[in-house]
Amino acid sequence: MRRILRRLLLALGGLLAVLCALVLWLDRPRAPQAGSDAPATSPDAVARGAYLARAGNCAACHTARGGAPFAGGVPIDTPFGVVYGSNLTPDPETGLGRWSAADFRRAMHDGRSRDGRRLYPAFPYPNFTRIPPADADALFAYLRSLAPVRQPNRAHAVRFPYDTQPALAVWRALFFRPGREPPDPARAPEWNRGRDLVHGLGHCDACHAPRNVLGATSRALELGGGLIPMQKWYAPSLAASHEAGVAGWPVDEVVALLKTGVAPRGSVQGPMAEVVFRSLQHLSDGDLRAMASYLQSLSSAPPEPHDPIVRERSQMARGAELYETHCAGCHGKQGEGAPGAYPALAGNRGVTLGTPTNLVRVLVHGGYLPATAGNPRPFGMPPFGHVLDDADMAALLTYLRGAWGNDAQPVWPVDVLRWR
Amino acid sequence: MSAPACSRAVVAAAGLGLAAWAAAAPVPDTLAERTRPCTACHGEQGRATRDGFFPRIAGKPAGYLFNQLVNFRDGRRANQAMTFLVKDLTDAYLLEMAGHFAALDLPYPPAVPVRSAAEAARGEALALRGDPARRLPACTACHGERLTGVLPAVPGLLGLPRDYLVGQLGAWRTGQRRAAEPDCMAELAQRLTGDDLVALATWLAARPLPSDAKPAAALPEPLPMRCGSQPPAAAR
Repeated sequence: MRRILRRLLLALGGLLAVLCALVLWLDRPRAPQAGSDAPATSPDAVARGAYLARAGNCAACHTARGGAPFAGGVPIDTPFGVVYGSNLTPDPETGLGRWSAADFRRAMHDGRSRDGRRLYPAFPYPNFTRIPPADADALFAYLRSLAPVRQPNRAHAVRFPYDTQPALAVWRALFFRPGREPPDPARAPEWNRGRDLVHGLGHCDACHAPRNVLGATSRALELGGGLIPMQKWYAPSLAASHEAGVAGWPVDEVVALLKTGVAPRGSVQGPMAEVVFRSLQHLSDGDLRAMASYLQSLSSAPPEPHDPIVRERSQMARGAELYETHCAGCHGKQGEGAPGAYPALAGNRGVTLGTPTNLVRVLVHGGYLPATAGNPRPFGMPPFGHVLDDADMAALLTYLRGAWGNDAQPVWPVDVLRWR
Repeated sequence: MSAPACSRAVVAAAGLGLAAWAAAAPVPDTLAERTRPCTACHGEQGRATRDGFFPRIAGKPAGYLFNQLVNFRDGRRANQAMTFLVKDLTDAYLLEMAGHFAALDLPYPPAVPVRSAAEAARGEALALRGDPARRLPACTACHGERLTGVLPAVPGLLGLPRDYLVGQLGAWRTGQRRAAEPDCMAELAQRLTGDDLVALATWLAARPLPSDAKPAAALPEPLPMRCGSQPPAAAR
């Protein structure tokens, strides 16, 4: 009996050792990708880096609201704890002042800090590993050109065991595959450029793909939509005609949406308004067209068939009454909207998404489209959170989702309570 | 277009599967229309509502309103609803909105009755005379003799809900509300006790508006302390 037990223990120990070795091999330290050692300093590289920093919306996590640019301190709430964006200015003590271009490339491509520590993947290096070394160098040149700001990084507040290096090693062994994706020779250079922007610097899947229990995006390349972690917003699928897919749109309209925040068939709201405001509106038309070309090539999955939807007559009647009082003045009696100012609600994909999350958010909090060069003085949606109670909001949203040919599941007060 | 012709147009548009907006009144291309999200809480034309918390914004100096919008956007003031609305708007647009509400000249609602005479007396003394022992200037030293504010960026203190005033003074005291450095109001609020700020709010909320409730054009004396929200010329 004891011999069997000892053998079992030995076997388990051996298995554990093999697994550890496998993790360490999969997550072996890699040399930085080739590039220059000295930081580039030419004005061209700096300008290119500034542009790329906007394309990647680096400021979203590295510039605190009202704080010095790229001096860090932004809290990023995750299911595993709070991670704080770090100081990227060239301050030697608290920023990247002592980093070399190679150190920076390794962080971008392999997710390791200057001292080799594994970084939290809240820093989207699984995406940035796809960017060319020259782009990483340009970004570094830009960051080096900033005024150094002495601001110590805030210690992350991630829970055990997720805050340990072994946990990160396992995560990386499971979910991180470093390296660029070779261009697809069957596709035009524009499409390839778009693919690299969407999946690389743009890290669109950070929101537009579901995440597994360990926080890794699953089927990231499909951009099939997902709830944004710790935010009550749903980032709709970019690969479904009934969500936010753009396969059937004229390419100019896709570019307009990304550049101005509004297009004839849709507009951006919530977190995406911020992405347009801080990042996409600053991209060149060429890059936006490349992204559009790639997004239009994504598969266009049709909606899953569902049983006929039953709506309570009383909820619909109350909803219609509230619509007439509060909404019809701007959105029209038949939900037809007012072009250039207020979106149509009839046939609006944002209204009929599977989850009513975004609808509840917009109704409770209102919102403005981003003020962009192409739409500098947007009209806005007033907040109704203090005007209507949860039951009335549920009735109103049920009505929107069931009137004028819209056909989506009813909304209940508990949904409003959950998502408001 | 005559009425029958108009309804024919609607039918035609609907028949074509186009939206029926063809006959709907066009959306007014005005700031009043664009600031509907503001008036939802701050009341018709930015007058205070009877809700008891949202402050009136109509008639406040444009510089003050603009500073607050930027403070909400850039994290110096904490109100999620406000921050969410302005997070993706530009300085230029916020300035336009501020100018729109500043230019509205609307009557004020009657002042509310005083809750406690003793509280109000203490508030009046602080507001009109300050407390030199604690280096507290009178409110009138910055907010104008009539307390209706001073151009371009000092707000009036009258016609605001008591709860709002308590909330703001308290937020300044705890660092929840901030302004551009040097943050004079934060410094002052920290010299106030909890009872002081309640007394001030009680007296201010009950004070009737003078017949001319517009902000003063300028202060007779320089500001008694440095204030980051003011153009440098106004400060001593």
